[in-house]
Amino acid sequence: MIHFLLKGLLRDRSRSLFPLLVVIAGVMLTVFLHAYINGAMKMIVQTTAQYSTGHVRVMTKAYAKEADRIPNDLALLGIEKLLEDLKNNYTDVLWTPRIKFGGLIDIPDDKGETRAQSPIYGMAIDLFNSESVENKILNIHPSIIDGQYPHKTGEILLAHELAEKLNINIGETATLISSTMNGSVTMKNFKVAGTVRFGVAAMDRGTMIADISDLQQALDMPNGAGEILGFFKNNIYSNEQAEKIADDFNSSVIKINLKTDEFQPVMGTLRSESGLADYIDLVDLFSSFVITIFVFAMSLVLWNTGLTGSLRRYGEIGIRLAIGEDKGGVYRSLLAESLLIGFAGSIIGTMAGLTFAYYLQAHGLDVGDMMKGSELMVNNIIRAQITPFTYFIGFFPGMLATFIGTAISGIGVYKRQTATLFKEFEA
Amino acid sequence: MKYFSWMCIIIFSINVQAQELSGDEILKKVDQNMFADNKIIISRMIIHGRRDSRTIQAKSWQRGTTDAFTEYLAPAREKGTKMLKLGDNLWMYSPSTDRTIMISGHMLRQSVMGSDLSYEDMMEDPHLPNLYSAKIISSEKVNERECYVLELTAKKEEISYYSRKLWIDKSRFVVMRENLFAKSGKLLKTIEVRDVMQIKKYWIIKSAIFKDAMKNGEGTEFFIDEIQVDVNIPEYIFSKAALKK
Repeated sequence: MIHFLLKGLLRDRSRSLFPLLVVIAGVMLTVFLHAYINGAMKMIVQTTAQYSTGHVRVMTKAYAKEADRIPNDLALLGIEKLLEDLKNNYTDVLWTPRIKFGGLIDIPDDKGETRAQSPIYGMAIDLFNSESVENKILNIHPSIIDGQYPHKTGEILLAHELAEKLNINIGETATLISSTMNGSVTMKNFKVAGTVRFGVAAMDRGTMIADISDLQQALDMPNGAGEILGFFKNNIYSNEQAEKIADDFNSSVIKINLKTDEFQPVMGTLRSESGLADYIDLVDLFSSFVITIFVFAMSLVLWNTGLTGSLRRYGEIGIRLAIGEDKGGVYRSLLAESLLIGFAGSIIGTMAGLTFAYYLQAHGLDVGDMMKGSELMVNNIIRAQITPFTYFIGFFPGMLATFIGTAISGIGVYKRQTATLFKEFEA
Repeated sequence: MKYFSWMCIIIFSINVQAQELSGDEILKKVDQNMFADNKIIISRMIIHGRRDSRTIQAKSWQRGTTDAFTEYLAPAREKGTKMLKLGDNLWMYSPSTDRTIMISGHMLRQSVMGSDLSYEDMMEDPHLPNLYSAKIISSEKVNERECYVLELTAKKEEISYYSRKLWIDKSRFVVMRENLFAKSGKLLKTIEVRDVMQIKKYWIIKSAIFKDAMKNGEGTEFFIDEIQVDVNIPEYIFSKAALKK
């Protein structure tokens, strides 16, 4: 039967070509958009984890409440012991302390007077420890444009664009002006070891990377850190696993510190800390919405195509009914035809969509110009990401739309009156 | 009858004195009392933060109300840090970097050594009659002293505190309490004078507590440990070169 229907479709192209093209176009767009949205979302989550929240993050309770303000006066103290505990208790996670800070970077002239000055966003990380994971997480080595990775205390990396703006050369002195954790103005001289470009507009505008020991000294926070970030060893964020770890940590902290202390450490997850939870839900909803719209729009088009086809095949259907084929049989054969078209269209559309998605996965789309003023931790190059689901997602709108379109238009078969068929033929 | 006549005369004379002084005149009297030509002060600030308290000691040389040079003496971390204020300009010298930086723009809003005072507070013209118009709203007792309660409203918009409420000692003309407000009416800062002392003809605040209403800490206690007024201060003190000495 399938063989018979297939032959009919191939021989009578007007019956299959237009529906096939519609299905191919719809499926291709669905597959491509799914891969692109998926890639963009993964990238946002990954960049936010890398530069901002980690997969899980430990802060003091008070710091966590005002984390956007980077309140170093509420930072964690005694982090060596806390880090040791975290490393022993949660072995699937890589732990690293960070201090975020703001301030001014001041470049002196020969007489020590200000030659250039700019606001900076700083990140103090473990640069020198051989066990440090920061180089890998932040992708520092490949991001160095000029100079080299800092080798000793007092050396920093500056965002390449900022270094160009300040007209500072490698090896020159830059003075950081910031606030200690007690609120006093503090100054510290650094040597610029290199310049970096991370490809994230929010970071590349004015970032300074320094070793955490230097900032602990400069900001008067001995053995302190604003936050301790945790990254899963496989570098894939699992919300379920993150929540499990956070719940376990927070309940054990409460057991130790029975009184509620605003400086007790608390752990949050990427989803809860980054404010991405609503965003991720919205994108998921948006993806489902896009697919639904495609199914609906394609169904309308295919319904119309089906109606046109029914008119064109008016005689054929009449003869089939006249020679005794029952209406249900005709209707079912139309549905089977539509499924064949949907299947073929879904395969071709999926292949075409995957081709475009693969291209964007390999080369990416540079949105750097659009992100110039952005504060979001978003990579300038957005890449599509093909997942196993991308191979199947096109079949939902492809099969469903042709089926619904034909199911609606094919109802006309039941409206044909057998008694009037011969009169129609005579006419 | 004679007694009654004397009482009438005294009450009448007090009323006349009170009626004679307007809010602006009271402010001028405060100015005359508080601002000596030159001062050398050794002071202490105990800053009560959310975590702990710190004590900062400093020595200041003040020329009139426009110029000041301050050297921090303690704690060890702040020792040697110097600040120079010349008119509207403020410089800070850090011995660890051997750099002198001009403090301007948004940095002026930062707190001084983590206290409840900002650099902006330091830079403000202390002559209140130049900035505010005042009216007397009532009389109250503060620390057992009879005070005028004055409401001050800014004469111009671009000012840190749009309005102030001052409690001024009626006989010493020294500010005993002060509340500072934003234009919206929100309380921003409070100053509570605990003790005053008389040096020569001046009544000077000996200890006070400053509280930034936006902070969670318990405020900053301020003490004057030593003070000399109307003394000669060498000219070189008020120069940028003095910062590096």
